This record gives sequence, structure tokens and C-alpha cells, in this order.
Amino acid sequence: MDLKPANHMPGDSLEKQIDAWRSHLQKSRAISGSDVKELEDHLREQIASLTAQGLSEDEAFLVAVKRMGAIDDLTREFAREHSDRLWKQLVLSREGVETGTEARDAGGSRTTWLAIGLAVLAGVAIKIPALFGIHFKDLDHGAFYPLNMSFFTLAFIAAYFAVDRKLPRRTMIKVALGFVLSAILVNAFPFYPNPGSHTQFLTSLHLPIALWLAVGVAYVGGRWRGNESRMDFVRFTGELFIYCVLIALGGGVLTALTIQLFKAIGLNAEPLAQNWIVPCGLAGASVIATWLVEAKQSVIENMAPVLTRIFAPLFSLMLIAFVITMVFTGRGIGAQREILIAFDLLLVVVFGLLLYSISARDPLASPGLFDWIQLVLVVTALVVDVLALWAIATRISEFGFTPNRVAALGENVVLLINLSVSAYYYARFVRGGIPFGRLTNWQTFYLYIFSAWAAVVAVIFPLVFGFE
Amino acid sequence: MSINKDLVAASSTPLVLAILAEGDSYGYAILKRVRELSGGALEWTDGMLYPVLHRLERAGHIESEWDTADSGRRRKYYRITEAGRKHLAEERRQWRTVDETLRNIWSPMTVVMKPHPYLLPLLQAEF
Repeated sequence: MDLKPANHMPGDSLEKQIDAWRSHLQKSRAISGSDVKELEDHLREQIASLTAQGLSEDEAFLVAVKRMGAIDDLTREFAREHSDRLWKQLVLSREGVETGTEARDAGGSRTTWLAIGLAVLAGVAIKIPALFGIHFKDLDHGAFYPLNMSFFTLAFIAAYFAVDRKLPRRTMIKVALGFVLSAILVNAFPFYPNPGSHTQFLTSLHLPIALWLAVGVAYVGGRWRGNESRMDFVRFTGELFIYCVLIALGGGVLTALTIQLFKAIGLNAEPLAQNWIVPCGLAGASVIATWLVEAKQSVIENMAPVLTRIFAPLFSLMLIAFVITMVFTGRGIGAQREILIAFDLLLVVVFGLLLYSISARDPLASPGLFDWIQLVLVVTALVVDVLALWAIATRISEFGFTPNRVAALGENVVLLINLSVSAYYYARFVRGGIPFGRLTNWQTFYLYIFSAWAAVVAVIFPLVFGFE
Repeated sequence: MSINKDLVAASSTPLVLAILAEGDSYGYAILKRVRELSGGALEWTDGMLYPVLHRLERAGHIESEWDTADSGRRRKYYRITEAGRKHLAEERRQWRTVDETLRNIWSPMTVVMKPHPYLLPLLQAEF
């Protein structure tokens, strides 16, 4: 720590020295913001008393800092007393509210209420159709909720960002239009004569993916053009997914216990759970998860990249083993529809592993072992997928096109292109040919393609295939 | 004369509680009081007082509150609680016991080490 007195204006340099000292303290997790303030008050009083005794400000500062003790010792002492602080706590921290000076926490309570308010609204909104006789677990209107799920969840997530980011009016209108128009469109589609139709299922599946782009526009506060802000949105998406899974696990335990407890007194709580807890929980949880991801982004390590690190090598090994087995046993890939979907899922997983390792990678770091593992993963996945596609294409040419087959095939192609180009860039990057940023830009650009393809499947397919 | 670190650490709890029992105070003033009381013999590194205060607060012996000092700065003031007073009484009893024990063993020694009265005039003489 550099504490040499500088030869500037006396008052000015003292403040600078105190600033430097404070920022050293702030680096420690064990010393909280309010502790730093307490120590600073002490330091200032000590300096004041020493200058009153005739020391210059610089001298007084040096003596006061010396008396305070070495920062390393202080940190160790605080860490021993507050070991809990080494575990980052997320929601329960009331630190800073007491001192009333930490802006982030003050903003924190505002967003907390915003999230709770929107979660309640979402929970209420998802029950409104019940007034018109459409229930969540309802076989007659079985398709209503799957088809409209985006509007009870994603719309509220977008609303959260619209308020939180203070979106410009024009952006807000664009995002809102995206939701309103698609809501009118998919509900106007004449699926009902043919309930459980394939195109209806495809629309339910792809509409959220298409509308996720609208959420993204709200997330970045309208500044969609920057690659970096789009990458932030990718990071957000990964964390949101993980939080949603965790909340869903908790929700599952809550639901199961509710049903079991009421069973103990001879009541059947299953309708209650299915028509209230599950839908309201689902809608509310999406907003709450959004808020949690936002609140914790600077507090806790991102989970998606951690999982990527663990699973990327394992998936690489699995795929290599698969290819070797295929070559040595001479077995070909069967060409049923489920297999096409399995290969789609494989590509989605590999893509996810790639994307989240990219999102967490320092773009300036030079290529390392993990980059090679990624490259091997992507290339083997591509080889396996091309083999599968070959088998499937021959089958499809025999049996003709169905909406499901075309959708699955299209997804495969969309992902195949992404991974091929990624592999190309990755190969050039590990040989030192191009900066890592090229890969990042390619992935953030591709978000458009995903969204566009999903929109095509959700909106165009029903028209083309006659709502089959 | 400097005091052994373990002794400083062990005596910090009763000392802080006793000072707060005199009246509400804050970190800097507590340290100043320690210095006065010990005549400068008890040297604490200033910063180490705060983890002690936080430990006592967590144990419920003292409570704290942010307030504005005369200087206009925000300052954290500490106050002893009822539980703290009880704990202080208990500490006092223990320290007294330790003190008495040591006295009992050391007082004969002091006698032995006292110079013979015959030598006193010689020792006290001014040279």
C-alpha cells in the first residue's frame, strides 16, 4: 500500500490518502461497507486529534494509519469475527440500509417491490381465464395455456425490465406490440377444430423462443445494437434458467407436501394445487427469478459457466466414445423421428455448453486447454450430427414432410450452421489467427436467427400446413 | 512496559464492557479511555477494537446505533445491554479470582525480594 505523503495541496492530499486507504479496506469481503465507515470515522478523529497536537496532516495520517493496524491483520481479524460474510449472502442483506448511504441497496428495495408487485400481477393474470371457464388443468381447453404461457410469464419479465430500465417510450411500444400482436395472432389461428394439432404444439413451443428477443430488447434497455449488451442478455438467460429450475424444484416439494398434508386429514388438495399453486407459482416465479438474477449478478459467481466447465469435457468424452463405437461396430443410426429429436437436443446442449463458456471467457486471454476441449466437443458433435442427418434425410425423402419433421430438421440445420461457423472461428482462434471477439460477435448475431426461425415455426408453419 | 498479546485479548471484553457501563460511547473514545485507564500500558492496535465490539454486539452484550456526531459525520455508538451488565459482573468475579490467586502466590515472593531494611538508606541515597 502506497502511503507516501504526496506534495500537493494539504487538504486535498489528505482526502486522497484517505480515499486510497478506504478503497484498500473495501477490497476485503470480510469488512462490510458500514464497517469501513466506522473505521474511517475513527481514522478521521485520530487525525484531527493529532493535528490539534501540532502534527502536519500527512504526518497525522501516517500515524493514524499505523495505529489502526496493517490492513492484512485487520482483514484477518474481521474475517475471524464475520466468517459468514465470506459466504456471499443475497436476499437477506440489510447492510447499508442502516447507514442509508449505499445506493445499490436503496435501489434494491425499490426493485424488490417492483418484482413482488409484478409477480402478484402475473399470478392474478394467469387466473383471469378461469373467469371465462378456462382452467389450467382442463382437457376441453387443453391448448389455451400452453399457447399463451408466454403472455403470463415473459410479458411480465419484459414489464419488469421496462420499469427497471426506464425504457424509452418508443422501445416500450415496440416490445408491447410484439406481445400484443402475437397474442392476437396465435389465439385467432383456427386451431380449435383440430385440438392437439401438430402445428399448435409447435407454435406453443416456439412462440416463447421468438418472444424472448422482445424480452432481450427490454433487458438491454433498448440498446440492442451493442454486442456486449446482447452477451449480457445471454448470460442473464442462462442464470434465469438455472434459477427457474431451482425454484421449480422447491415448488415441486411445496406442492407435493401440500397434497400429502391435506390427504392426512382426508381432503383432496390436488385440484387446488393444479389450478392455483402450479399456475400462479409458475407465473410469479418467472418474475421473482428474474429479480433474483438481477440482484445477485454482482454478488455470486454465475452458475451456467461453472456447469459448462464441468460438463464440456464429459460430453466431449461421451461423443468421442460414441463415434469410436459406431466406427468399430459398424452400426448405423436408426432413422426414427425420436432420434431426430434426440440429435436436436444434443446440438442444443452442445450449443449451450459452447455459448456459456464463451460468455464467461476473458476475451483477451490466450487460447488454453479448455478451448481445445471446446473445439473437440463442437467438432465431434458436428460429425455425429452429420451422420444422423444423412440417415434421416434418406428417410424423410421416402415418407414426405410433416410439420414436426420439418421443424426438427430446420432446428438441426440452424444449429448445425451455428456450430460449424463456431468451429471454424474456434479453430482459427486456438491457432492464434483471430481475436476471440469474432466468436462472441458471431454468437450474439445468431440470436436474431434463432428468434427468426422460432417466429417462422410459430406463425408461418400453421398457415403453411393448414393448422394440421 | 508492554503486555502480552493473549492478556490484551482476554482483558478486552471486560474492559470494553466496563467502559460502556460508564456510559454510551464509540470506538475512538473507548480506545482513548483504555489508554487513560492503563496509563498507556495497554497498547491496542486501534482497528482490532472493532471486531471485539462486533463480537460483543452479536453476543447481545452491547447494541449499536448510527447517529450523527457533533462533527457532522455519521458515527456508530454502542450501548451496554442488561445481558452485558450481567456478563460484566461475571467477568469481574472471574478476574478477581485470578487476581487474588496471583496475589496470594506472589505476595510472599515480594517479601523475599524486598531489600533488607538495613540496606534501605543505602538504596535510597542520592548519588
